[in-house]
Amino acid sequence: MTTNAIDAVGLTKIYGSGNTEVVAMRDATMHVRQGEVVALLGPSGSGKSTFLTAVGLINPPTGGQISIGGKLIQDGAAAQVNLRSFRRQHIGFIFQKSNLIPFLSAIENIQIAMELNGASKRNARHRALELMDYLGVADRADNLPSMLSGGQQQRVAVARAIANKPSVILADEPTAALDGQRGRQVMELFAKVAHEQGAGVIVVTHDHRALDVFDTIYEMEDGLMRQQSAKATAV
Amino acid sequence: MNLATKDIRHNLGRFALTAVGIGMLLMVVMGMGGIYRGVVEDATLLIDSVGADLWIVQRDTRGPFAELSRVPSSLVYRAAAVPGVQTSREFVYHTIQRQRDGKPLRIAVLGLSWPTDRGEWIPLTAGRPLGQAHYEMIVDKTLGMSLGEQMTLGKETYTIVGTTSNMISSGGDGLAFFTVADAQAIQFETPGEAVRLERAARESRGEEFELAIQQPLMLQNAFRPTAQLPAVARPQVSAVMVTLLPGVDVEKVVETISGWGDVSVFTATGQRELLLKGSVEKVRRQIGLFRVLLTVIAAIIMALILYTLTLDKIHSIALLKLIGAPNTVILGLILQQALILGIVGFGIAYLVGQQLFPKFPRRVILADADLLQLGGIVLAISVLSSLLGIWKAMKVSPNEALS
Repeated sequence: MTTNAIDAVGLTKIYGSGNTEVVAMRDATMHVRQGEVVALLGPSGSGKSTFLTAVGLINPPTGGQISIGGKLIQDGAAAQVNLRSFRRQHIGFIFQKSNLIPFLSAIENIQIAMELNGASKRNARHRALELMDYLGVADRADNLPSMLSGGQQQRVAVARAIANKPSVILADEPTAALDGQRGRQVMELFAKVAHEQGAGVIVVTHDHRALDVFDTIYEMEDGLMRQQSAKATAV
Repeated sequence: MNLATKDIRHNLGRFALTAVGIGMLLMVVMGMGGIYRGVVEDATLLIDSVGADLWIVQRDTRGPFAELSRVPSSLVYRAAAVPGVQTSREFVYHTIQRQRDGKPLRIAVLGLSWPTDRGEWIPLTAGRPLGQAHYEMIVDKTLGMSLGEQMTLGKETYTIVGTTSNMISSGGDGLAFFTVADAQAIQFETPGEAVRLERAARESRGEEFELAIQQPLMLQNAFRPTAQLPAVARPQVSAVMVTLLPGVDVEKVVETISGWGDVSVFTATGQRELLLKGSVEKVRRQIGLFRVLLTVIAAIIMALILYTLTLDKIHSIALLKLIGAPNTVILGLILQQALILGIVGFGIAYLVGQQLFPKFPRRVILADADLLQLGGIVLAISVLSSLLGIWKAMKVSPNEALS
C-alpha cells in the first residue's frame, strides 16, 4: 500500500474572534495520491487559497491535520517539523503572479531554489537550462524578470517550482497569465511531473478548458470542500 | 549565489549614490580625526624638532606656547653655567598680524639665538639656514612667500633665504624664523614719533627728579637711544632652551634651575604635555565630541538606508522564505550589503579625503592608527545599522509574497 502525497484532514481556518470571527475554511479534507493531479475549483472567497496556503505550510490552519508523504507535518496550528526546511525540500509553489525575484535573472530564479536545497551551482544551472528549454524560455535565460512577458515569467516560475523535483506541487491560478495553448501545456507539464516523479499536484484554477488533464476535481464553497468527480471530464 | 551583490548590481545607480553619501559622511568623520591629529602635530612640532632638553620660562608660567613668558636674556649665561648643560639658547616667540596684498597675514615669529642657532635643525624644503645676524628669514610655505622674496616688517626689510613645509604654530599660523635680535626688533618696533614722545617724557620726568636738578647734564641722557641707557634693560626673551650633555642626570639639572626664584623649568616632555593639556585639550575634546556625534549620525543614517533597502526587498525576502531559504541566507543578504556599503563608503571617504584634505587651510593628518580605528568603527556601524533591517526581514511572513 502506497502512502498518499498529501493528506489534509478536517482543516479549519478561523480569522479573528468574537464578533469579528470569520471562518475561512471549515473541516476541509483532501487526499492526494502520489502521481495524482487535483483541480480545486470554486468562486472567489470560497477558501481555495486558504486551503492551498495551509497545505503549503505557509498559513497554518486553526484545526485539522496535514500529512505529506505519510508524515504528520501540521497538527492544528502546531508544526511538527521545521516548515521552511520542509517546504524547500518537498513543496513547489506556483502563483497567479509569477513571483520572481526581480534582481535575479530568469535562470538565477530557478537556480536559487536548487542552490538553497544544496545543489551545486553547476548542476543547478544545467538543470535550470534544461527546464527552461523544455518550457520554451531558454533564450531568455539571462534576462531579468522585468524584461520578460507575463507568460514567460510564469513559465520561469513553473520551472522554479519543479526544479527540486518536489513531492508536492501547489499552484494557484498558474495559467491566468498564459494563452490557452501555453496554459494547457503547463497543465500537461504538471500531469507529467506528477506521473514521472510521483508528486501530488493541487491546482486552483478557473480554466475549465484543461480540466480533462486532472485526475480529481474538488470544489470549495463558503469554506466547505467537496469532491466533484474522481476523474475529471471537460465541463 | 551571492544575493547581496546581485541586488546591488540590479540597483547599481541607487547603491552608488548611497555609497557616495555614506562616503562623504565618513570623510567628515575621518577629516575630524585628521584635523585633531594636525592640531596636535602642529602644536608639538616645534618642541619636537627644536631639540631642547629643558625649557626655562618665567616663574609660575607654563611657557611661551601656553601663555606670555618673559625672562631676561642674560638668563642664557646663567643657564650655561649650570653643571651638565651643554648649550643654552635664547628663544623668542610671538605672533604678529600684517597686511599683505590687501589680506591679513598672521605670522608666528620665532627668534633663533644667533650665532649658536642658525636654524640648522629646521627641515628646509628649499634654501639655507640663516647666514647673517640680521635681515634674513626662513618662512613656511603656508605664508605664501617664496625664496628670494623680501618682506618689510617694522623698519627693516628681510630676505627669505629658506622655506619650510608644514611648520605651523599651535594656533595654525605659519612660522617665520629670524635671529633673536630681529625677532625682538619686530616685536618691539616703535614708530619714530613714539620714540620722540618717550624721550620728551623722559626729559620731563627727569626735570622733576632731584638728582637731575643737581646735575643738569644727566638730562641729556634722556635723549639718547634706549639701548644706550645703562638703566634700561635689554628686551626680554620668551624662554631659554637648554641642551644637556649626554648622560647627565636631567632631574639634577632641573632641581638646580628650579632653585632659582625667578624662573620655572620644564623638560621637553613636560612642555609637550603642558601644551597638549592646555591649549590643545579643548580643541581635542571639541573635535572628539564632534567626531562621536558624526559617527552616531552616520550610524543612524546607515541604519535608515539599510532599513529602506530592506523594505524595498520585503517581497523578495518573503518569496525567499516561501521557497524555503533559511534565515542565514536572508541575514547574509542584508549584512553583506551593509558591510559592502560601509567598506565602499570608507574607500570613497579615504580617496576623496586624500584629494580634498591637502586643500584645507590647516593640516589634516590621516594617521594609520586613526584609519584602522575608523575602519573598525565603520564595520561595527555596518553590523549594528543592519540590525534594524534584519529585524524587519525576520518578521516578514512568507504569506507576504502572495499579497
